Amino acid sequence: MRPMKNHFIKFLCLAVIFTAATFSSLTGTTSALAAKKKDFKVCWSIYVGWMPWGYLKDSGIMKKWADKYDISVDIVQINDYVESINQYTAGAYDGCSMTNMDALSIPAGGGVDTTALIVGDYSNGNDGIILKDKKSLADIKGQKVNLVELSVSHYLLARALDTVKLSEKDITVVNTSDADMIAAYATKDVTCVVTWNPLLSEIEANKNATKVFDSSQISGEIIDVMMVNTKTLKDNPNFGKALVGAWYELMKIMSGDTKEGIAARTAMAKASGTDLKGYDAQLGTTKMFYTPEEGVAFITSKELAKTMELVAKFLFEKGILGENAPSAEYVGIQFADGSVYGDSKNVKLRFDPTFMKMAADGKL
Amino acid sequence: MRLINKKLKWHDRVILGALPFIALVMTYATASYLRRIDNPADKLLPSLEAIGNAFWRMAFVPSPRTGDYLLWSDTLDSLWRLGTGMTISTLLALLFGIAIGFIPHIRSTLAPFIASISLIPPITILPILFIIFGLGEMSKVMLIVAGTAPIMIRSVTQAVLDIPREIIIKAETLGASVWQMITRIVIPTTLPQLITALRLGLVPAWIFLISAEAIASTSGLGYRIFLVRRYLAMDVILPYVLWITLLAFIIDRLLLYISKRIFRWHHLSGESL
Repeated sequence: MRPMKNHFIKFLCLAVIFTAATFSSLTGTTSALAAKKKDFKVCWSIYVGWMPWGYLKDSGIMKKWADKYDISVDIVQINDYVESINQYTAGAYDGCSMTNMDALSIPAGGGVDTTALIVGDYSNGNDGIILKDKKSLADIKGQKVNLVELSVSHYLLARALDTVKLSEKDITVVNTSDADMIAAYATKDVTCVVTWNPLLSEIEANKNATKVFDSSQISGEIIDVMMVNTKTLKDNPNFGKALVGAWYELMKIMSGDTKEGIAARTAMAKASGTDLKGYDAQLGTTKMFYTPEEGVAFITSKELAKTMELVAKFLFEKGILGENAPSAEYVGIQFADGSVYGDSKNVKLRFDPTFMKMAADGKL
Repeated sequence: MRLINKKLKWHDRVILGALPFIALVMTYATASYLRRIDNPADKLLPSLEAIGNAFWRMAFVPSPRTGDYLLWSDTLDSLWRLGTGMTISTLLALLFGIAIGFIPHIRSTLAPFIASISLIPPITILPILFIIFGLGEMSKVMLIVAGTAPIMIRSVTQAVLDIPREIIIKAETLGASVWQMITRIVIPTTLPQLITALRLGLVPAWIFLISAEAIASTSGLGYRIFLVRRYLAMDVILPYVLWITLLAFIIDRLLLYISKRIFRWHHLSGESL
């Protein structure tokens, strides 16, 4: 019987090791929420308004600011936008670039208290609806509409339908991966797509394509933000200071047509798979907040609360605020003046101008 | 007695077989519990109860948006796509497998071609499939066919080549025509291999089904998973994954059972998983 016992024990040991390994990898990520720390990680994905994050890392500007506050900040590019938000929500990153809508539905809706640290830009034509062989938005009635369901495209569509007194019942939404949008448009069955840049301009270049609605008609509603974990930020204000300081230093450089500015934009253009001309065109349909003052002004404006209410209602109608959400007010959203939309006992999304203000006042 | 000669009683086998599953569930439950101490609304590892609730909601509560019972309508749509795709693949495998395996001219013409084709990952030529078959049901079925037919053809071809040469010679001595040999020898001996090919083909078939539904769709198991992934609703994704696993397992066992019932002679020696 001896050999068998040996086998059994070996087997048991292996099983325990394996279980422990799985276990630590599943729970280990929560350690990202630990109080005082020195090493931080933020993630971003390719989008015109977020390309500076990649450049911050490559140019060493981030390191300069992190050194100033005696911390380290790792900036990681993730190829899949939704995956980057999911990773942040799961606790693998301390911050992540995302839109106001996805911040409300994924981390905030998932109970992760999240703060808008840097409001970088809003889409001012970067998202749009394209019809094939038809010229006006009202023609969308009865069509199949290809888009990434439950994304900002879906929100844009809902807002557009409102303007022509139609509702989603009048169309059929076909969930289509953004990676295949251009190929999908080339097929016969696809007559209408809703998508974002650079796909949008690529599809619009087709002869039979007409852009019938874009985000400049709901300007300021699709906002691109660096979202960070509220608790991490509260425990480590230096993390916030370093990110904001680095960001606005680069904003100042890239907004100008100096040699450095052009070099920065060229590098970002290259990283997003286009050239300087293409990237500048995309910046043209993006309202960038190049100065901290602009960011502060936007975040403290009254319109923001109205926008977030529209977004919360949209998410609730689509059932994305969580199945146990009894109303659109389920998740509380706090604004710069301290007012709260929704449940004040369940505030999970905060628009906080403190750090951008420090940059504006030159206190970093 | 040596370890490898030990015969296990049936209840021991059941207990040992259940062990990894129990360990998995327990690991999950503990990890989920620990994460929910930090954040009670954690979406990554929801509680078993939340998963159960979500499953119940998907299966037995009509969707407020469409009034459908989502799990069943998704299952039906997916199984239709899978069934159609695999039927086409099976017929192709039988037809081409026998032709290539039995007729030298066809073998010389098609064998290298099929062997090369079977190595192309179908996902990489997706835009071409879209242009040819559109974005509707047809392209999803064809993606499954493109992903499974070539390897199934190859395994049926091999089964035909494995028929002992003596049997063919015997038939020829008795004056059988090519057609007679195909219907009386080749088809009956390769049918069990066809079922094996089908069972093995189902593994990539599920993968291609789910990817096809993720790309452009309005229903289906893969569609649902990729849709709710947008807001990290693991409480819906996990039961769907379990459900897909269960469906795949049942289909696989069913095919094995059919094979054992109809082709008893094929299963005389050796154990099969």
